[in-house]
Amino acid sequence: MTDLKAGDSIPELRTTPDKYLPHRYAGASGDFNPIHIDKEFATAVGLPTNILHGLWMMAQVARANAAVAGGDPRALKRLSVQFRGMGFPEQELVVTGTVKEAGDDRIVVDTVAAQGGNQLIRNAEAEIRPG
Amino acid sequence: MAVKTEAVGKEWPANTYEVGLEKIREFAGAVGADNPVHHDRAAAKSGGFRDVVAPPMFCVVYSAPAMGPAILDPEVGMNLATMLHGSQEFVWGEPVCVGDVITTAPSCKEIYEKDGKGFYVFETVSTNQDAAEVVRGTWTNIVRGV
Repeated sequence: MTDLKAGDSIPELRTTPDKYLPHRYAGASGDFNPIHIDKEFATAVGLPTNILHGLWMMAQVARANAAVAGGDPRALKRLSVQFRGMGFPEQELVVTGTVKEAGDDRIVVDTVAAQGGNQLIRNAEAEIRPG
Repeated sequence: MAVKTEAVGKEWPANTYEVGLEKIREFAGAVGADNPVHHDRAAAKSGGFRDVVAPPMFCVVYSAPAMGPAILDPEVGMNLATMLHGSQEFVWGEPVCVGDVITTAPSCKEIYEKDGKGFYVFETVSTNQDAAEVVRGTWTNIVRGV
Protein backbone atom coordinates (compact mmCIF):
# COMPACT_ATOMS: atom_id res chain seq x y z
CA MET A 1 0.00 0.00 0.00
CA THR A 2 2.95 2.34 0.48
CA ASP A 3 3.15 2.76 -3.30
CA LEU A 4 -0.02 4.90 -3.19
CA LYS A 5 0.70 8.54 -3.90
CA ALA A 6 -1.29 11.76 -3.82
CA GLY A 7 -3.91 11.83 -6.57
CA ASP A 8 -4.24 8.02 -6.81
CA SER A 9 -7.65 6.38 -6.50
CA ILE A 10 -8.29 3.68 -3.93
CA PRO A 11 -10.14 0.54 -5.12
CA GLU A 12 -13.84 1.27 -5.54
CA LEU A 13 -16.26 -0.50 -3.21
CA ARG A 14 -19.71 -1.40 -4.58
CA THR A 15 -22.45 -2.92 -2.45
CA THR A 16 -26.21 -3.17 -2.81
CA PRO A 17 -28.05 -3.26 0.52
CA ASP A 18 -30.97 -5.67 0.20
CA LYS A 19 -34.51 -4.85 1.35
CA TYR A 20 -33.93 -6.21 4.86
CA LEU A 21 -30.42 -4.85 5.42
CA PRO A 22 -31.70 -1.89 7.50
CA HIS A 23 -33.44 -4.40 9.79
CA ARG A 24 -30.27 -6.43 10.26
CA TYR A 25 -28.21 -3.28 10.86
CA ALA A 26 -30.83 -2.02 13.34
CA GLY A 27 -30.45 -5.24 15.32
CA ALA A 28 -26.67 -5.22 15.06
CA SER A 29 -26.27 -1.55 16.02
CA GLY A 30 -29.22 -1.01 18.35
CA ASP A 31 -30.58 1.88 16.24
CA PHE A 32 -34.27 1.06 15.72
CA ASN A 33 -35.35 4.53 14.55
CA PRO A 34 -38.50 3.68 12.52
CA ILE A 35 -37.44 5.88 9.58
CA HIS A 36 -34.93 3.10 8.80
CA ILE A 37 -37.11 0.02 9.20
CA ASP A 38 -40.76 1.03 8.78
CA LYS A 39 -41.80 2.11 5.29
CA GLU A 40 -45.24 3.28 6.47
CA PHE A 41 -43.73 5.43 9.21
CA ALA A 42 -41.12 6.84 6.81
CA THR A 43 -43.67 7.83 4.19
CA ALA A 44 -45.94 9.32 6.90
CA VAL A 45 -43.12 11.73 7.85
CA GLY A 46 -42.53 12.71 4.24
CA LEU A 47 -39.72 10.40 3.15
CA PRO A 48 -39.96 8.46 -0.16
CA THR A 49 -39.47 5.16 1.71
CA ASN A 50 -37.43 3.83 4.64
CA ILE A 51 -33.86 5.12 4.44
CA LEU A 52 -30.46 3.57 5.16
CA HIS A 53 -28.74 4.27 8.47
CA GLY A 54 -26.09 6.97 7.93
CA LEU A 55 -23.71 5.06 10.19
CA TRP A 56 -24.11 1.93 8.02
CA MET A 57 -23.05 4.02 5.02
CA MET A 58 -20.14 5.34 7.12
CA ALA A 59 -19.20 1.70 7.81
CA GLN A 60 -18.95 1.14 4.03
CA VAL A 61 -16.64 4.16 3.79
CA ALA A 62 -14.60 2.66 6.66
CA ARG A 63 -14.46 -0.71 4.85
CA ALA A 64 -13.27 0.83 1.58
CA ASN A 65 -10.47 2.61 3.44
CA ALA A 66 -9.48 -0.39 5.61
CA ALA A 67 -9.25 -2.42 2.39
CA VAL A 68 -6.33 -0.19 1.36
CA ALA A 69 -4.42 -1.85 4.25
CA GLY A 70 -5.65 -5.37 3.44
CA GLY A 71 -8.68 -5.03 5.73
CA ASP A 72 -6.53 -4.66 8.88
CA PRO A 73 -8.83 -2.99 11.46
CA ARG A 74 -5.79 -1.39 13.16
CA ALA A 75 -4.92 0.59 10.04
CA LEU A 76 -7.88 2.97 10.12
CA LYS A 77 -6.94 5.65 12.64
CA ARG A 78 -9.49 8.34 11.94
CA LEU A 79 -12.61 8.79 9.82
CA SER A 80 -14.60 11.99 9.56
CA VAL A 81 -17.75 12.21 7.41
CA GLN A 82 -20.56 14.60 6.54
CA PHE A 83 -24.00 13.08 5.92
CA ARG A 84 -25.47 14.92 2.95
CA GLY A 85 -28.21 12.75 1.51
CA MET A 86 -30.63 9.90 2.10
CA GLY A 87 -29.61 6.40 1.05
CA PHE A 88 -32.15 3.77 0.02
CA PRO A 89 -32.26 -0.03 0.24
CA GLU A 90 -32.03 -2.00 -3.03
CA GLN A 91 -29.88 0.64 -4.74
CA GLU A 92 -26.16 0.17 -5.30
CA LEU A 93 -23.87 2.23 -3.06
CA VAL A 94 -20.52 3.15 -4.61
CA VAL A 95 -17.62 4.29 -2.43
CA THR A 96 -14.75 6.02 -4.20
CA GLY A 97 -11.66 7.68 -2.77
CA THR A 98 -8.69 9.77 -3.80
CA VAL A 99 -5.39 9.95 -1.90
CA LYS A 100 -4.82 13.49 -0.61
CA GLU A 101 -1.55 12.89 1.20
CA ALA A 102 0.78 9.91 1.23
CA GLY A 103 3.67 9.63 3.66
CA ASP A 104 5.66 6.67 5.02
CA ASP A 105 3.43 6.22 8.06
CA ARG A 106 0.23 8.01 7.10
CA ILE A 107 -2.13 8.11 4.13
CA VAL A 108 -5.06 10.55 3.99
CA VAL A 109 -7.93 9.64 1.66
CA ASP A 110 -10.82 11.83 0.53
CA THR A 111 -13.86 9.57 0.13
CA VAL A 112 -17.37 9.86 -1.35
CA ALA A 113 -20.30 7.44 -1.04
CA ALA A 114 -23.02 7.79 -3.68
CA GLN A 115 -26.11 6.10 -5.07
CA GLY A 116 -26.55 6.99 -8.74
CA GLY A 117 -25.45 10.61 -8.99
CA ASN A 118 -26.56 11.38 -5.45
CA GLN A 119 -23.65 11.94 -3.04
CA LEU A 120 -24.78 10.69 0.37
CA ILE A 121 -21.49 11.07 2.20
CA ARG A 122 -18.94 13.59 1.09
CA ASN A 123 -15.95 15.44 2.48
CA ALA A 124 -15.13 12.14 4.17
CA GLU A 125 -11.53 12.10 5.28
CA ALA A 126 -9.82 8.89 6.35
CA GLU A 127 -6.39 8.55 7.93
CA ILE A 128 -4.76 5.17 7.37
CA ARG A 129 -1.53 3.90 8.87
CA PRO A 130 0.05 0.87 7.26
CA GLY A 131 0.90 -1.96 9.68
CA MET B 1 -34.93 32.48 18.27
CA ALA B 2 -31.35 31.86 19.34
CA VAL B 3 -30.04 28.47 20.43
CA LYS B 4 -29.49 27.88 24.14
CA THR B 5 -25.85 27.31 24.97
CA GLU B 6 -26.05 26.59 28.72
CA ALA B 7 -25.31 22.90 28.14
CA VAL B 8 -21.85 23.50 26.60
CA GLY B 9 -19.37 21.70 28.83
CA LYS B 10 -22.01 19.49 30.43
CA GLU B 11 -21.11 15.85 31.06
CA TRP B 12 -23.49 12.93 31.38
CA PRO B 13 -22.98 9.62 33.21
CA ALA B 14 -20.60 7.16 31.56
CA ASN B 15 -21.98 4.00 30.01
CA THR B 16 -20.31 0.58 30.35
CA TYR B 17 -20.48 -2.12 27.68
CA GLU B 18 -19.03 -5.65 27.72
CA VAL B 19 -18.00 -6.90 24.28
CA GLY B 20 -19.28 -10.33 23.23
CA LEU B 21 -18.20 -12.64 20.40
CA GLU B 22 -21.58 -13.08 18.72
CA LYS B 23 -22.29 -9.33 18.80
CA ILE B 24 -19.06 -8.64 16.91
CA ARG B 25 -19.93 -11.37 14.38
CA GLU B 26 -23.47 -10.01 13.96
CA PHE B 27 -22.25 -6.44 13.45
CA ALA B 28 -19.44 -7.49 11.11
CA GLY B 29 -21.99 -9.45 9.05
CA ALA B 30 -24.37 -6.46 8.83
CA VAL B 31 -21.66 -4.09 7.56
CA GLY B 32 -19.91 -6.59 5.27
CA ALA B 33 -16.67 -6.72 7.28
CA ASP B 34 -15.62 -10.16 6.05
CA ASN B 35 -12.01 -10.24 7.26
CA PRO B 36 -11.82 -13.51 9.29
CA VAL B 37 -10.28 -11.61 12.24
CA HIS B 38 -13.84 -10.31 12.92
CA HIS B 39 -15.35 -13.81 12.93
CA ASP B 40 -12.85 -16.48 13.81
CA ARG B 41 -10.80 -16.77 17.01
CA ALA B 42 -7.86 -18.62 15.42
CA ALA B 43 -7.65 -16.07 12.57
CA ALA B 44 -7.75 -13.21 15.08
CA LYS B 45 -5.00 -14.72 17.21
CA SER B 46 -2.78 -15.43 14.22
CA GLY B 47 -3.39 -11.80 13.19
CA GLY B 48 -1.91 -10.66 16.50
CA PHE B 49 -5.14 -9.91 18.37
CA ARG B 50 -6.01 -11.11 21.89
CA ASP B 51 -9.34 -12.48 20.60
CA VAL B 52 -11.86 -11.82 17.81
CA VAL B 53 -11.52 -8.10 17.07
CA ALA B 54 -14.32 -5.63 16.32
CA PRO B 55 -14.45 -3.77 13.00
CA PRO B 56 -13.69 -0.06 13.60
CA MET B 57 -17.32 1.05 13.19
CA PHE B 58 -18.41 -1.37 15.96
CA CYS B 59 -17.67 1.67 18.11
CA VAL B 60 -21.25 2.85 17.50
CA VAL B 61 -22.53 -0.22 19.37
CA TYR B 62 -20.77 0.62 22.63
CA SER B 63 -20.58 4.42 22.40
CA ALA B 64 -23.98 5.47 20.99
CA PRO B 65 -25.95 4.38 24.10
CA ALA B 66 -24.00 6.96 26.13
CA MET B 67 -25.34 9.67 23.80
CA GLY B 68 -29.01 8.95 24.59
CA PRO B 69 -29.32 11.07 27.76
CA ALA B 70 -27.41 13.93 26.11
CA ILE B 71 -29.71 13.98 23.06
CA LEU B 72 -32.84 13.95 25.24
CA ASP B 73 -31.63 16.45 27.87
CA PRO B 74 -34.05 19.44 28.08
CA GLU B 75 -31.09 21.66 28.99
CA VAL B 76 -29.66 20.91 25.52
CA GLY B 77 -33.15 21.48 24.14
CA MET B 78 -32.85 19.99 20.66
CA ASN B 79 -36.05 19.75 18.64
CA LEU B 80 -35.86 16.05 17.82
CA ALA B 81 -38.53 16.35 15.10
CA THR B 82 -36.20 18.46 12.92
CA MET B 83 -32.87 16.95 14.03
CA LEU B 84 -30.46 15.38 11.54
CA HIS B 85 -27.18 13.58 12.11
CA GLY B 86 -24.98 16.11 10.27
CA SER B 87 -21.47 14.77 10.67
CA GLN B 88 -19.44 12.22 12.54
CA GLU B 89 -15.82 11.66 13.35
CA PHE B 90 -14.13 8.74 15.07
CA VAL B 91 -10.47 8.57 16.09
CA TRP B 92 -9.44 5.03 16.98
CA GLY B 93 -6.86 3.88 19.52
CA GLU B 94 -6.44 0.36 20.94
CA PRO B 95 -8.36 -2.37 19.08
CA VAL B 96 -11.52 -3.69 20.81
CA CYS B 97 -11.68 -7.46 21.31
CA VAL B 98 -14.10 -9.99 22.79
CA GLY B 99 -14.17 -9.69 26.58
CA ASP B 100 -13.21 -6.01 26.69
CA VAL B 101 -15.21 -3.77 29.02
CA ILE B 102 -15.63 -0.36 27.41
CA THR B 103 -16.62 2.76 29.34
CA THR B 104 -17.91 5.74 27.34
CA ALA B 105 -18.12 9.24 28.79
CA PRO B 106 -20.24 11.81 26.88
CA SER B 107 -20.01 15.60 26.99
CA CYS B 108 -21.29 18.62 25.07
CA LYS B 109 -18.46 20.45 23.27
CA GLU B 110 -20.19 23.18 21.33
CA ILE B 111 -23.61 24.65 20.48
CA TYR B 112 -23.95 27.36 17.83
CA GLU B 113 -26.29 28.74 15.24
CA LYS B 114 -25.53 29.15 11.55
CA ASP B 115 -27.87 29.91 8.64
CA GLY B 116 -30.96 29.42 10.80
CA LYS B 117 -29.80 25.99 11.94
CA GLY B 118 -28.62 24.88 15.37
CA PHE B 119 -25.38 22.85 15.52
CA TYR B 120 -24.96 20.63 18.58
CA VAL B 121 -21.55 19.00 18.95
CA PHE B 122 -21.01 16.17 21.43
CA GLU B 123 -17.94 14.13 22.26
CA THR B 124 -17.70 10.58 23.54
CA VAL B 125 -14.46 9.19 24.93
CA SER B 126 -14.36 5.39 25.19
CA THR B 127 -11.73 3.55 27.21
CA ASN B 128 -11.14 -0.15 27.87
CA GLN B 129 -10.60 -2.05 31.15
CA ASP B 130 -6.90 -1.05 31.11
CA ALA B 131 -7.85 2.67 30.80
CA ALA B 132 -6.52 2.75 27.22
CA GLU B 133 -8.52 4.96 24.86
CA VAL B 134 -10.22 2.88 22.16
CA VAL B 135 -12.19 5.56 20.34
CA ARG B 136 -13.05 9.24 20.55
CA GLY B 137 -16.24 10.24 18.76
CA THR B 138 -17.43 13.68 17.69
CA TRP B 139 -21.16 13.71 16.95
CA THR B 140 -22.70 16.75 15.25
CA ASN B 141 -26.48 17.04 15.17
CA ILE B 142 -28.14 19.75 13.11
CA VAL B 143 -31.57 21.10 14.04
CA ARG B 144 -33.44 23.00 11.34
CA GLY B 145 -35.53 26.06 12.10
CA VAL B 146 -34.11 27.15 15.46
